[in-house]
Amino acid sequence: MTLAEKILSLHSTKKKLTPGEFVEADLDLVLANDITAPLAIEEFHRMGAQKVFDPRKVVMVSDHFVPAKDIPSAEQDKMMREFARSQNIIYFPPGRGIEHVVLPEEGLILPGYVVVGADSHTSTYGALGAFACGMGSTDIAHAMTLGKIWMKVPPTVKILYQGRLKKWVGGKDLILYTIGKMGVDGAIYKALEFGGEVARGLPMDGRFTMANMAVEAGAKAGMFPPDGITAEYVGKMEHSLLSLDEDAEYEKVMEFDVSLIEPQVSLPSSPENTKPISEVGNIEIDQVVIGSCTNGRLSDLKMSAAIMEGRSIHPRVRLIVIPGSQRVYLEALREGIIEAFIRAGGVVSAPTCGPCLGGHMGVLASGERCVATTNRNFVGRMGSPKSEVYLASPAVAAASAILGRIGSPDEVLSPVS
Amino acid sequence: MKFKGRAHKLGANVDTDAIIPARYLSTSDPQELAGHCLEGIEPDFMHKVKPGDILVADTNFGCGSSREHAPLAIKACGISCIIAKSFARIFFRNAINIGLAVLECEEANELHQGDVIEVDLEEGRITDNTTDKVLWSKPYPPFIQVIIQHGGLTEYTRKRLDEI
Repeated sequence: MTLAEKILSLHSTKKKLTPGEFVEADLDLVLANDITAPLAIEEFHRMGAQKVFDPRKVVMVSDHFVPAKDIPSAEQDKMMREFARSQNIIYFPPGRGIEHVVLPEEGLILPGYVVVGADSHTSTYGALGAFACGMGSTDIAHAMTLGKIWMKVPPTVKILYQGRLKKWVGGKDLILYTIGKMGVDGAIYKALEFGGEVARGLPMDGRFTMANMAVEAGAKAGMFPPDGITAEYVGKMEHSLLSLDEDAEYEKVMEFDVSLIEPQVSLPSSPENTKPISEVGNIEIDQVVIGSCTNGRLSDLKMSAAIMEGRSIHPRVRLIVIPGSQRVYLEALREGIIEAFIRAGGVVSAPTCGPCLGGHMGVLASGERCVATTNRNFVGRMGSPKSEVYLASPAVAAASAILGRIGSPDEVLSPVS
Repeated sequence: MKFKGRAHKLGANVDTDAIIPARYLSTSDPQELAGHCLEGIEPDFMHKVKPGDILVADTNFGCGSSREHAPLAIKACGISCIIAKSFARIFFRNAINIGLAVLECEEANELHQGDVIEVDLEEGRITDNTTDKVLWSKPYPPFIQVIIQHGGLTEYTRKRLDEI
């Protein structure tokens, strides 16, 4: 069985699973946030439920429209907080961090878990070898109530990344490149399993970025088989999952030679609209956002800061940096990373999803262009329907902030005269 | 369940930000959400739509976020069902869960803007009264049929809780 099939079978009554089968899977963790929890809580009550199935396995995170951006957002957040308190579930208050950064940090996700969350980027936890997927609020209400949910066993597509990564190319570039090749509907209903020597050597932060954006190819889950890097991160491991079955059946195996991949940029208005940085051309920008559940981790900020260090952002550009959690924020402070951003002319915000979905903390006006390390560049995603979002890595975002146009770190660090 | 309405055509990869932009997500009131339905791609959609109308789309309808506000907004607009070549999986689940009919049909593109369409959900039959064409949707798995028979997941779960 593939990793996805193996995990789902261990969480159901069936010993062997094949793609297309329906199972009712036992859940290890159920998640909602300040946007999706209010609807889930309403449905929870309409279902006639009194108590969540296990308070230690239900998590709510205030991260989208917080610290509250307006009165309705404050009301939604309050509703969630009161529910969390009354049910005694795990709760992270506003500013504590973005759900998909915080949960792994807190050790709430382990390899082999089945996790569902009322947020499409729940797929992030596949980085740790969990089977994790996004669902809507009513599904989450059901999950909170019964601790299980129906799922269709997805076929698995294995993607092998071979070769040697070029300078400035990391997890973000690999996943943007992959989405560009597969298309935004290339993996609908499927699980992606990332493998090959490059995936095996990729540090945890890069893995989180890739699993996070698997959903942008339509995937149900994006997974890294647990290995030594996973074990080091979580401190322990379900040993039965360490070994991949030799005879696992994949729907398809794709192979990419990463030696040929440049830093990637997704042009408006679809994540599949990717181009290598050298082909993007001269595109002037107004704003840069570095952060989000995709790229708001310490190594992301570190990479950006290394390019910023001792330089100033372009006078036309607003730079907004959002550490993914208070833990990331503190560590970045200690390492002088935050200072580098502020000295360069950037603004550093408390952890929030904020601008990624056009909520607050950096909404775009009409005609404005933003380079963001986030995950979606749909029409109007970050504000005005007449604004544009370009997705890129923290390195390209930092370089672009300095250049005032989309550009590569090499142009900043070793400018050609 | 049977539906009859005019076809309202949309393209491929209609995302949830286009269906309901995140700036309206500080409410979950369906009527309020309906007022901004599809604003991202058709600013006057809510003025054009009539109760019973049917959305007809290409592939990957509802891609992007998990926001259940998207099918809620569409349903509250009066749309009776959505026919698409394929759906994004979270949107598909959400629609079934809230009792909005969604039909997967390979030939969805053969339906035209403004055509009068009749849908028989049990049989999966899609009849275009304007062109007299009959199309068939992909049958629902038994698991999903049970949820549809309950009118959505909330009622299904409530019954299950009663049985415990």
